[in-house]
Amino acid sequence: MTDKPSDLVQGTLDMLILKTLALEPMHGYGIAVRLEQMSQGVFRVNAGSLFVAFQRLERAGLIKGEWKATENSRRAKYYALTNQGRKRLNTETRQWGRQVAAISRILEAS
Amino acid sequence: MSMLRSITSGLRSLFRKERAGQELDEELNGFIEMAAEEKMKEGASRKDALREVRLERGSLEVTKDEVRTAGWESLVETLWRDLRYSTRQLRANPLFTAAALLSLALGIGANTAVFQLIDAVRLRTLPVKNPQEIAKVAIDHRGGATGSFASRYPDLTFVMWEQIRKQQRGFSKIFAWGPTVFNIAPGGEVRNVQGLWVSGEFFETLGVQPALGRLLNPADDQPGCGSGAVAISYSFWQHEFGGERSVVDRTLTINRRPFRIIGVAPPDFSGVEVGRYFDIAAPLCSEPSVDQEYSLLKSRSGWWLSVMGRLKHGWSIERASAQLRGISPGLFEAALPPEFNPSNAKHFLHYELGALAADSGISDLRKDYEKPLWLLLGLAGLVLLIASANLANLMLARASTREREIGVRLALGAGRGRLVRQLLAESLLLALIGAALGALLARNLSQVLVASLSTQHDPLFVELGTDWRMLGFTMGLAVLTCVLFGLAPALRAARVSPGVVLKESARGTTSGRLRFGLRRVLVVSQIALSLTLLVGALLFARSLNNLAGLDAGFRQNGILVADIDFTPLNLPKEARTAFADNLLQRVRAIPGVEAAALASIVPLSGDGIGHDILWGETGEEAGDAPVAAFNIVSPHYFDTLQTKILSGRDFDDHDRAGSPNVAIVNEAFAKQFAKSASPVGMKFRVRRMKTTLLYEIIGLVRNTKYSDLREEFPPIVYTVKAQYGNPGTDAQILVRSRDGLIGITAAIKNTATEVNPNMDLAFSSLRTTIADGLVRDHLMASLSGFFAALALLLAVVGLYGVMSYMVAQRRNEIAIRMALGAEPASIVKLVMRESGTLLLAGVVTGTAAALAGGRAATAMLFGLKPSDPVTLGTALLSLSFVAALASLLPARRASRNDPMMALRDE
Repeated sequence: MTDKPSDLVQGTLDMLILKTLALEPMHGYGIAVRLEQMSQGVFRVNAGSLFVAFQRLERAGLIKGEWKATENSRRAKYYALTNQGRKRLNTETRQWGRQVAAISRILEAS
Repeated sequence: MSMLRSITSGLRSLFRKERAGQELDEELNGFIEMAAEEKMKEGASRKDALREVRLERGSLEVTKDEVRTAGWESLVETLWRDLRYSTRQLRANPLFTAAALLSLALGIGANTAVFQLIDAVRLRTLPVKNPQEIAKVAIDHRGGATGSFASRYPDLTFVMWEQIRKQQRGFSKIFAWGPTVFNIAPGGEVRNVQGLWVSGEFFETLGVQPALGRLLNPADDQPGCGSGAVAISYSFWQHEFGGERSVVDRTLTINRRPFRIIGVAPPDFSGVEVGRYFDIAAPLCSEPSVDQEYSLLKSRSGWWLSVMGRLKHGWSIERASAQLRGISPGLFEAALPPEFNPSNAKHFLHYELGALAADSGISDLRKDYEKPLWLLLGLAGLVLLIASANLANLMLARASTREREIGVRLALGAGRGRLVRQLLAESLLLALIGAALGALLARNLSQVLVASLSTQHDPLFVELGTDWRMLGFTMGLAVLTCVLFGLAPALRAARVSPGVVLKESARGTTSGRLRFGLRRVLVVSQIALSLTLLVGALLFARSLNNLAGLDAGFRQNGILVADIDFTPLNLPKEARTAFADNLLQRVRAIPGVEAAALASIVPLSGDGIGHDILWGETGEEAGDAPVAAFNIVSPHYFDTLQTKILSGRDFDDHDRAGSPNVAIVNEAFAKQFAKSASPVGMKFRVRRMKTTLLYEIIGLVRNTKYSDLREEFPPIVYTVKAQYGNPGTDAQILVRSRDGLIGITAAIKNTATEVNPNMDLAFSSLRTTIADGLVRDHLMASLSGFFAALALLLAVVGLYGVMSYMVAQRRNEIAIRMALGAEPASIVKLVMRESGTLLLAGVVTGTAAALAGGRAATAMLFGLKPSDPVTLGTALLSLSFVAALASLLPARRASRNDPMMALRDE
């Protein structure tokens, strides 16, 4: 791994969190680890941005938090996608796909 | 939905802050622990693992702060904290706070109050349906007219009104009205209320709906209706009948005639005249039965009506005017009074009608008060300027003392944005409290203004609403001043490196000196503005003094005017003169009465009679004849009012009906007509409509004022009651007495009741009547005086502040001078020289401004010019005196400083 963990593209953290939660409800640390694993260590999120994003998403009604016990019998707040969150994830994924395709076309044009 | 959730969640964390905080703590701790466990699994010690996590993920405290400040509720929280901090700061500096709030409240309050009055009198439209359609019909450029005039708006005669109603085309509905007073006492002492004569279309045209019963309609206004139906106003209903619903069909008397109340007008309707109100509205057709032989409706030369109408759809004022002009020749031909002589008639037949916009109603107050009110607004504006300058000065002073505090806080790690926000909160808090006080003041002040313009005989009613536009404007200005001068220095201080501020603040930075320059400019302009106000106030005060102290040519104090109206006795004309004479004799017999006389005109009451004078026995006429004022009096009139008879004699009992007509004239008459200082024995003729009467001058008296204190002495002719061919049904007796007016009033009441209990009595004091004519001058003098005192106070506070600041700034320099042996006196001189420079600059600018601004007041001054040197000198002296006093205090403090203390501080 020669590259240092890089910063996220502006405004994508919310989408990535939603994606992470699409599989199953997860607590904060789990989400952070999953993000790193899925990006194969490219993204590393600090706690501040992560928890601000949780608060933002929760207030927007896209995710819902619930206190539960972890597998290590520790109490943690598990976040789950709401219906609204699922819808948002779909539209954002579609938009993202279009944008990335467009950007690639511009960059690859010679 | 999500907005709602955000709000509720925000509110929850705002009000259950601890709970929300704990939850976040637990969540974050869990996060750190889990991350650390992961590291420990790889073999790190717990301590190392925690350290690594902190490095990778950020510290716990910073994260918590980030999450906390991300929500909107944190903004509310800091704002709340800023406000509380500001309140504490303001409370800790009561002197500063009081001075700032006072400046703000007075500036805002005075302006809003005066503007409210202007708005009510001049700018607001009538509270009726579609006021823009309402227009007034009047004769264009009428100039002089002949006949009897009653009411404040004697625009037209009744015959003209009938013709206009028949022939006009531009108005869908049209009505005539005239203000009057109605005596509603069933007998004895007169009780006058505000009345309206209205044609039947009055309420319909205006679209006014009754609050109770019904209002007058054309069916109530049929010729010869006698005493019929009346409508009353809402306020009259409330205070006279306690708002009882049974008032409909009740009877009230007007001049002892019974009238039936048919309904009540709505609460917001006070007539079409701005600044006045009405109690009772009666139909025009009842006028002859109320006014009897003085009826104006029956007289073709009685001017007493004003006509207004609602324009038809599609008719402009110009088009309606043109139509009215078109019908004018025929209309005036038909309305010509038969008693007019050819010269009057020629003038009359040339009249042309026109229409004028009347959407804001009509008002005689405008003529009298519009200019003074605008001038007052100007003065109040100056006060606001001074208040703003003062505020700016205070804020600047405060900012410089806080430079060090800001430096310290920056050094301790406070965010600059946060600091600025805090200062902003303080400025805003100040401005808002000041504005609230100002609004409160405005409300009371405008009421005081209206009350001070009202007199017993001329009550005013002005609908005063709080004017939000004006309040908004003045408040905006206040906020701007606060923010500009409170924030600008703070911003600059926040930009400076804290180290520099901390190092230099003890001695004052360069920017401090710059700011000090600004403060001096502010003080100079304050002095200049307050000098302008002071000169204005002194001018008005001296003008009022000139008027009040003026020798009107007769005695004003201790004169009672008793009006005994014997209309109810129905005396025939032949018996009236003797009856009035008998009353006069009985009044003279009352102990304490020194002298008494009858007079048809009470001087300076506003009433008057004028007749054309044809000089010489033959009475040759040369073009338009000059007019003289007339008064019909009994013998001893001049004795009663103590007007000196210069030559000839007073009237006596030999001057009777049948004997040659005699007249007494004043000096102005002698000068203008006789062109001689001894006119006794000369003769002249007086025109009475188509005939002339010959008079011989038997006496010459001193000049007296006739209708207005401000006028030049007019030529006056006095004739004697006994020779007057058309005696009226009342006796107006002027009484001079040794005793108080109250005792004499009671005695006259008794005497009149002894003669006949069935007469109407009214009393007034000559002094009060004259003072009522000076209401406007009193208003200008007292208000401008108030404003000037305020301005002076503010300027003195400003000067004191600047000088104190200067002394504080130069503390070290002064200490060194004293340590080197300077006398305290020389230190005082140093400071006084400094303030003298400021004063001089302010006074020079102020004098120029006062001379320029004084021209606006010229028309309102009596007996002095705006550039009156005495006034200017007095203003300069008093301003210099208080200014010197204001700077002497800091100067003395400076000279008493212990030099060692100051130097040790360094």
